[in-house]
Amino acid sequence: MDELLPRIPFAEWIDIAVNWLVTTFGTVFDGIADLLEGIVEGSVDILDMFPSILLAVLFSLLAWFISTRKIALFSLFGLLFIDYLGYWYSMLQMLALVLTSVFFAISIGIPIGIWGSQKENVRKSVVPVLDLMQTMPAFVYLLPAIFFFNIGVVPGVVASVIFAMPPTIRLTMLGIQQVPEELIEATQAFGSTTWQRLSKVQIPLAKPTIMAGVNQSIMLSLSMVVIASMVGAPGLGADVYRAVTQLKTGEGFEAGLSVVIIAIMLDRITQHAGKNKKGGTTL
Amino acid sequence: MSEQTIKKKIEVRGATKIFGKNSKRAAQQLKEGKSKNEILKETGATVGVNNATFDVYEGEIFVIMGLSGSGKSTLVRLLNRLIDPTLGHILLDGDDIVQMNKEQLREVRRKKISMVFQNFALLPHKTIAENAEYGLEIQGVAKIERQSKAKESLKLVGLAGYEDQYPHQLSGGMKQRVGLARALANDPDILLMDEAFSALDPLIRKDMQNELLQLHHDMGKTIIFITHDLDEALRIGDRIALMKDGEIVQIGTPEEILMSPSNDYVERFVEDVDLSKVLTAGHVMVKADTVKVDRGPRVALRLMKQLGISSIYVLDNSNRLLGAVTAVDALAASNSEKSLEEIIITDLPMVSTDTVLTELFDVVSTASIPVAVISEDRKLQGILIRGPLIGALSGDNKFINSDGTVNLVEQTDTEVNKNG
Repeated sequence: MDELLPRIPFAEWIDIAVNWLVTTFGTVFDGIADLLEGIVEGSVDILDMFPSILLAVLFSLLAWFISTRKIALFSLFGLLFIDYLGYWYSMLQMLALVLTSVFFAISIGIPIGIWGSQKENVRKSVVPVLDLMQTMPAFVYLLPAIFFFNIGVVPGVVASVIFAMPPTIRLTMLGIQQVPEELIEATQAFGSTTWQRLSKVQIPLAKPTIMAGVNQSIMLSLSMVVIASMVGAPGLGADVYRAVTQLKTGEGFEAGLSVVIIAIMLDRITQHAGKNKKGGTTL
Repeated sequence: MSEQTIKKKIEVRGATKIFGKNSKRAAQQLKEGKSKNEILKETGATVGVNNATFDVYEGEIFVIMGLSGSGKSTLVRLLNRLIDPTLGHILLDGDDIVQMNKEQLREVRRKKISMVFQNFALLPHKTIAENAEYGLEIQGVAKIERQSKAKESLKLVGLAGYEDQYPHQLSGGMKQRVGLARALANDPDILLMDEAFSALDPLIRKDMQNELLQLHHDMGKTIIFITHDLDEALRIGDRIALMKDGEIVQIGTPEEILMSPSNDYVERFVEDVDLSKVLTAGHVMVKADTVKVDRGPRVALRLMKQLGISSIYVLDNSNRLLGAVTAVDALAASNSEKSLEEIIITDLPMVSTDTVLTELFDVVSTASIPVAVISEDRKLQGILIRGPLIGALSGDNKFINSDGTVNLVEQTDTEVNKNG
């Protein structure tokens, strides 16, 4: 049977494609790598200028402003606890990586989501790509990411962006499509342009759903930090990875707990950001 | 309504909407005269509106009425092209909107036609004022100007003071007032109202109908009103188009629809109508016997004797109703040389011509002399007699004055005025 059905050399093709991309667009990738590295390391440097206690207070004030006092208190004590355990700088590195990834995931994901919500064709071609992005084991595209961007924080950011983007796109499309048909009719009956319909009605009404997508993207990007550390991204993920490889269970738990604290903090804050405080979205 | 003299605002010519993939083939079959069901079976396409042709005149309330699935909501959406017609032409002030490009259509929607929706379709994230401003906002009207216009139109619908509330804080009736205010803020020529009051409870609905009639009276906009409720159609419509299976089966004034249904379907539709809510005093009144006040009691008495009645209405020289005199009083007055003025009974039961029958029963049943029907300037139009009133209720055309003035009913004096 082997002779009758010649093997299609997918693997070879992909290797060739990657090689071609690396040689042809090498400078472009270098530029992207420099940019991403600059952003991540720059943010770490800025955050590190503050004394840890002051930064913890500032973070909890921000949490209070966006959500509730309870979450603010949790953030304050959680951050001080991380500092006490001695993972403060690692935490800043992880935070910078996560926030950078999420920033790019959102700035690419929301426009694609809006586009997809408007055009049936776009939606139909985007959805399978999203499936691929979410289910393809992350290690697989970590490899080409290393070819493109070398080891370090950048392939970690890129892998996180790819892995974290789908929920934002999906929920942006869903939120916009869920706006009741009658409201769309009303905006059209009054002579809105497409952009007016989107910006004045559909996107504001889809905001809670879009924010749920952003929240999911943050969570997914946090889940990538350990994987990113395998290609050399620094941070709490790297601490966990080192502890695991050296069988230091206690240290692994300490670093892991710190990741959990940051995760809960970011999750609760972004969940609240999606809720509309004034007025209502009840239809 | 004298239709010849009034401008045609909208002309719909053969408007047809077919939903589904095979709309071309379905349209062909439709021309061959196949029925909606046959076409659905053969092509899988649904005929929403079939060859609708009608005119809407400037300033009238044109009601499109039909049961659910009759295509009325589709038809109204063809008028502002929320749904594109498959065939046909729709002329607005003479311009065919079917031929318009996006920009022209947008301009028409912004300036000429506004729409009010069944479930209000208010923007939940905007305040009442912002909702009312929406139409102006997207036209790029300056904030201050649109705020004042929105405020004005909210005041018009009785919602002054609610500007900063959100839609979910309002009741259904109030929400629809916002919907109406939003439509009026644009100052359009035409209002499309798609089952605008159907989601409201009956009492609120009636209030809204009255207010709509008042607004229409004050502003004179052309209104196209969709409803499935015949009573509502009869109450507010200047003319009614009745739809069935995507076709218009009859167009006419409420009375034409009621009194001469064009086919069995319309007849079945209208047979349950409560005539007492439709007919007014003007429809059932009969001619009154009157005497001028300066004629004196003797003339009055002789008239009553001749006509065999026991009371007669007294008018002044410009035909305004002063009151009535009874035969007994007139006899006494002629003996004691009093004038008519001294014996007039002035606290007569009186109603206006547009009072509906349900509101008349009480007055008519307790009155000792026939109830007078008067116009706004107190001129006597006719009187109400129990016999013809009951005859009219039974739907007998003999007792119904088609244009609200007395002419059809030949009164038989003796029977008529025994009430006195």
